[in-house]
Amino acid sequence: MAEIAAPKAAERPRNGRWRARLAARPEIILSPILLVLVLLIWEWGVRLFQVPSYMLPRVSNVLFGLYQGFAISPFSRGGYWLNGGVTLLEVLLGFIIGSSIGLILGIVISQIRILDATLRPYIVAFQCLPKVAIAPIIIMWFGYDISSKVVMVALLTFFPLLVNSMAGFHGVDLDRIELLRSLSASRWQIFWKVKFLSALPFIFAGLDIAAIFAVVGAIVGEFVGAQLGLGVQILSMNAQMDTAGSFSVCIVLAVMGLLLNSAIRGVQRRVLFWAPSETSQRAINV
Amino acid sequence: MAGMSIDAAPLRQSQANKSTSFIAISGLSKTFATLQGDRIEALIDINVAISAGSFATIVGPSGCGKSTLLRILAGLIPASAGSVEIAGQKVAGPRKDIGMVFQSSILLPWRTVLDNVMLPAEILGIPRDRARSRAQELLRMVHLEGFDNKYPQELSGGMQQRASIARALLHDPAILLMDEPFGALDAMTREQMNLELQRIWQESGKTVILVTHSIPEAVFLGDDVLVMTPRPGRLAQVLPVALPRPRGLDGMATPEFGALTREIRLLLQQKGTLD
Repeated sequence: MAEIAAPKAAERPRNGRWRARLAARPEIILSPILLVLVLLIWEWGVRLFQVPSYMLPRVSNVLFGLYQGFAISPFSRGGYWLNGGVTLLEVLLGFIIGSSIGLILGIVISQIRILDATLRPYIVAFQCLPKVAIAPIIIMWFGYDISSKVVMVALLTFFPLLVNSMAGFHGVDLDRIELLRSLSASRWQIFWKVKFLSALPFIFAGLDIAAIFAVVGAIVGEFVGAQLGLGVQILSMNAQMDTAGSFSVCIVLAVMGLLLNSAIRGVQRRVLFWAPSETSQRAINV
Repeated sequence: MAGMSIDAAPLRQSQANKSTSFIAISGLSKTFATLQGDRIEALIDINVAISAGSFATIVGPSGCGKSTLLRILAGLIPASAGSVEIAGQKVAGPRKDIGMVFQSSILLPWRTVLDNVMLPAEILGIPRDRARSRAQELLRMVHLEGFDNKYPQELSGGMQQRASIARALLHDPAILLMDEPFGALDAMTREQMNLELQRIWQESGKTVILVTHSIPEAVFLGDDVLVMTPRPGRLAQVLPVALPRPRGLDGMATPEFGALTREIRLLLQQKGTLD
């Protein structure tokens, strides 16, 4: 056994730093501990109270279901690779399409006053309608394949972006516009140099909401009518009373939503380094 | 009630090209219509001429129309009657020979200080390298050397205002319009900024028009003080300030300085604006 020489300079301070970090932010350890505790209580409680597995499965069964879903061949219709991939595709495509259209329309409508005034009552009306109620109609129009789910997600991501970008462009600092006007800037210059960047915190708030709705939209669409996808899997597992499987699919969905959210937040942190954090988290409910 | 024309200007030094603009305001009036349909007379019959390279200050209480006057000069709002001519040309809109400084620095938070100062160049199409070297030179002039790559949030209020002055000078305008630029700063910073501004003006040779509600500031900085009274906004009088340049803060304690501030205060009291 080789004798370990004196710890390298890079490693030596790290131990001390870890302790300091832990003392300042104990949640780094506490959060994982909480998770382990909950899982232990769950596992133990299910055994103790002999809860039927179709109501609340054991942790071990859920984890096994998770493993099974991914161990299966990627192209298997029962596996999480294929179905997860389909759902992810629906989410991403719908998100990109819906939020882009929402953003562009939000810009156009907010810049043309008469459009804004004329369309506003209809926008508000549509906001109040739960878009998921339209899911059966959309399935009927677009069929059982992937396009109907993409439309569903696009519809759900459209509104947060439309509403938030309109709010963002309305709220532009008049002082900044006056500054650019005093320099004889054109409308176009004022738009790109001030208005658009000032509205970005609102736009990102819209993207945050849209990301959540996107996953909901894909799943609801799949519940109503689909052949592939994680939502379809949940339904078939339900039919087979495979609650452990359902739980494991939910874990996959949660991770998917988390990744999407983190990606957006990551971009947001870099682009909006200048905005006070309250602004970037301002949200408008759809 | 109309102001006197100012022709004779006290000697002042300037190394750079002396600006040749000459500002003539004749019969200027501005009326605003409120939402209820009432008419507010913000300015009535303003007549004054400001010579090139001079420093004019406009002083008056709130609501006397001084900011409105400045905005008309900048071409941001149109006059209701009368005209403003700069170097013989009527003001019809924002102009490239004017730089403006506002009460808040309005630095764009997503840009560095240097990029903020270079903003006029982007809008007016000045080549980037020329703009950059000029911006750096201006930042040196306002004592903000080394802050090129900092963001506005990292600067104090006084420093932000200095950066906005540098920005207003980037495109080398002949005229600098300033709307209560030091109003948001604490009193001590304000005094320092007054000294700085005097120095910058003497070094650059621009024509400066500064709006303030501080009578001492108006007297300290100005070659001529335009005293305005409100409701409706009128130019009560133009007081020439014959104090020698460069003026120091000690000069504010001299009897001549006191006489001028007293005269202005009396004028404003007569018009019923001060108690």
